[in-house]
Amino acid sequence: MTTLAEASGISAIRQSLAARRRRVTILLLAALLAAIAASLYLGDYPVAPDAIVRSLLSPLTGEINRGVDFIVLNVRLPRTTLAILTGVAFGLSGAIFQTLLRNPLASPDIIGISHGASAAAVICMLVFGITGLGVSMGALAGAMLTAFAIYALAWRGGVTPYRVVLVGIAIAAIMGAVISYLFTRARLQEAQEALAWLVGSLNAANLNDILPLAGALVVLVPATVYLVRSLDVLQLGDDAAIALGNRVEPTKLALIVVAVAHAAFATAAAGPVAFVAFVAGPIARALLAGAGGGFLQSALVGAIVMLGSDMVAQHALPATQLPVGVVTGIFGAGFLLWFLASANRQGRGG
Amino acid sequence: MTGAKPMTTRHTLAATGMHLAYGAREVVSNLDIAIPPGKLTVIVGANACGKSTMLRGLARLLTPTHGTVLLDGKSIHAMSTREVATILGVLPQSPTAPESIVVADLVGRGRYPHQGWFRRWTAEDDAAVAEALAATDTLELADRPVDELSGGQRQRVWIAMALAQKTDFLLLDEPTTFLDINHQVEVLDLLTDLMRGGRTVVVVLHDLNLACRYADHIVAMKAGRLVAEGRPVEVVTEELVRDVFSMDSRVVVDPVSQTPMIVPIGRHHAQARVEV
Amino acid sequence: MEAVRPTAMRFQATLALGLAGLAVVVAAIALLSMTVGARAIPLDMVWAALTAFDPNSTDHRIIWDLRLPRTLIGLLVGAALGLSGAVLQGATRNPLADTSILGIHAGAAVFVVMGISLFGITRLSIYVWLAFLGAGVAMFVVYGIASMGREGATPVKLALVGAAMTAALTSIVSAVLLMSPTTFDQLRFWQVGSLAGRDMAVLVQVLPFLLAGIVLALATARMLDGLSLGEDVARSLGQNVAVSRAVASLAAVILAGSATAAAGPIAFVGLTVPHVARAITGPNYRWILPYSMLLAPILLLGADIIGRIVAPPGEVQVGIVTAAIGAPFFIALVRRRKLATL
Repeated sequence: MTTLAEASGISAIRQSLAARRRRVTILLLAALLAAIAASLYLGDYPVAPDAIVRSLLSPLTGEINRGVDFIVLNVRLPRTTLAILTGVAFGLSGAIFQTLLRNPLASPDIIGISHGASAAAVICMLVFGITGLGVSMGALAGAMLTAFAIYALAWRGGVTPYRVVLVGIAIAAIMGAVISYLFTRARLQEAQEALAWLVGSLNAANLNDILPLAGALVVLVPATVYLVRSLDVLQLGDDAAIALGNRVEPTKLALIVVAVAHAAFATAAAGPVAFVAFVAGPIARALLAGAGGGFLQSALVGAIVMLGSDMVAQHALPATQLPVGVVTGIFGAGFLLWFLASANRQGRGG
Repeated sequence: MTGAKPMTTRHTLAATGMHLAYGAREVVSNLDIAIPPGKLTVIVGANACGKSTMLRGLARLLTPTHGTVLLDGKSIHAMSTREVATILGVLPQSPTAPESIVVADLVGRGRYPHQGWFRRWTAEDDAAVAEALAATDTLELADRPVDELSGGQRQRVWIAMALAQKTDFLLLDEPTTFLDINHQVEVLDLLTDLMRGGRTVVVVLHDLNLACRYADHIVAMKAGRLVAEGRPVEVVTEELVRDVFSMDSRVVVDPVSQTPMIVPIGRHHAQARVEV
Repeated sequence: MEAVRPTAMRFQATLALGLAGLAVVVAAIALLSMTVGARAIPLDMVWAALTAFDPNSTDHRIIWDLRLPRTLIGLLVGAALGLSGAVLQGATRNPLADTSILGIHAGAAVFVVMGISLFGITRLSIYVWLAFLGAGVAMFVVYGIASMGREGATPVKLALVGAAMTAALTSIVSAVLLMSPTTFDQLRFWQVGSLAGRDMAVLVQVLPFLLAGIVLALATARMLDGLSLGEDVARSLGQNVAVSRAVASLAAVILAGSATAAAGPIAFVGLTVPHVARAITGPNYRWILPYSMLLAPILLLGADIIGRIVAPPGEVQVGIVTAAIGAPFFIALVRRRKLATL
């Protein structure tokens, strides 16, 4: 019979892991707040912190300062909000996929979901001449349909990570071919505009982009919180998960639906911003270093990466605003190479 | 651990007319089996005879194409899988551990069927984890990452996870792979302790002699069918070994445990046998 | 033992006959390729153009200036892609190896884009060098990274590293293209993989590399047979595994690089053809390689012909048609359970 001492030793271990998770979360929240403050401050007209606070509170206090309020509330705040929401959605999507498919490289922007959204958007723009909200809806539909196709094609009595990943890569290739083809058939001007959408940008963020995404997150985030509990045992393998009482196939399906929905709505709002979904999970897990959890932290990392990249995109080059996708692409590409090289060296690359 | 501590409820596990298949390939045919409660049952047979598959069928990891698996007389597939998880503890072959997970955390996953959605950890959960680690002699590894452990240590940690489930039944699929002979014997001794403490234990084993030594009830399989079952001393004969393993042998009495011990006779030693 | 010999010999004879038959099919499809197009040219006219050229006949000039280069490039690029795919699959022991999966095309694209935007290069004949270089660098990096670690370059790892690399390079390419519409305007046509608009000059440029690659690849047959037994067995039979892999990879890169240089990125040919070849010939690379070399041009020219007739008066580029055919094949391959253990 074990003694109380041994049981409390276990409890102590558990609590120290929880404490580390809390520390990481607080660190990330602080970083996010700093990023928010910086994003509201920086620009052609830097706005002092106290002025920022006054503008934010002006709907309540009635203290209006037209010029500053416009900059803070109508230009910067929407963009910052959109960056945070898309960062959270991409971050969660990537973390779920990577955990479910047991591979850090299996994120929606590599295994075909983003490509499906992109192809659908390009079809809307170049074949049907749709712009604006219609394109976003097309992207949403494209992501869902592609995910459905990947799941169906990978299904064979159940889905295994192996098949999902490889089918996804094939689908990504097909979608890439479709996009390339459409680019050759369109007029240069239209193709250029379509390309701009494909790179992903937070420019001209407004309520039309924010509200659908916010609405979706209101549903998706609680669903995510409920479902990731199952990932604790799904991670151990299908047999172990069933043995521990988890209904494996329905849970996997639900998780995939939620993860795809996150990516789809984020893509509809900002375009397929490269690599945010990919880097959020690994960065969060590296910070947590075995302390478990990771989804809340991935969401925060996603928001920070998106917001930070957008700031770099806006202010790094004088007189030009880059689209955020360019910055995340370069940062993500570098991160990817480093990640692959170091993971493989330790034998954990596949 | 001596001194029986009888379980307050005793569950029963059986299968009738069970057929198990992977796709079109049938692996287990028309199997009837009743697991004797409170005993240590060992399933033996040659490679690919279906012993792991049968265990998976009994553990509801695989759904039979025909026939039923009965837990307490009711179809196991009619019960919620979570409810079954509070009665059957299963250690499957090749489970995967998430990267850099700590031992106490991994063993704690075994408490999943007992925890509600809010995932409140109770003192009972901590005690269950501690007991499981102590029973598998891995308590001092509790704060180490599983990745850093040796094959034998890792196997014992997985067994601890199954133990933390605190179930009446324990089904283990070849739990002694990767273990040195001393650890194999330790694990089987541990399983015997658990059985004496009131659990029903079912193990698939590769080693026929260890099976004979530890089993109260031995089940021999060949080509997906049950060939013999019963107490080792009654069931394990030279004919059985020849039937199941296609091998000549002498069956003698194990001098340590007084159970049957199979002494294989290969081609080179067949000559010597004749001369005797 | 005597009973085995005649059967084996009969099989070899059948294969040799099959190869001859394939050569005939290749010639037939080449002729077909020369007759089909926006302006259908009958076979006797084609024959006349080839044997008794009349510079005043429009048809004859179409044959010599457009159709013949296109067909020849299709044959050679097809052969190169088929061979490089077979060699890659043999050298990496990975049934899913393909030039697009390994990021070779993305690598070529990056270098071409840099050339166009930084150096203002506009002639296809110069893209060729850039594409070739980019393909080599990408393959080297992808394979190098994927083979680090305990298990070496497993199919899934290779596919993922290639896909990730493709994603990374694509976003860099997109960034450059966004900032330079003129570059975009040129690249979007190259990017798709096509046999159109390639003249004899392009062919002449890549010809030495293609031929060198073909010779080198065919010479690796014995090495690939050895590698297919697994590293340990190959070594114990006296084969130098590292050298074999390096030579085979070099051959594959030369072929894939020059093919991509000449025709742009064409996906899935290198993936599907070796499997078809293997289904006919069995696991012997001495037969798989020549069969791949002849089957692939049939596929490629066939796809090109389909592209020419399916959407008149325009055409669908060959890269699109091969993706449409090849991707479903790839997915079917992935669904076969046997691959799960590789």
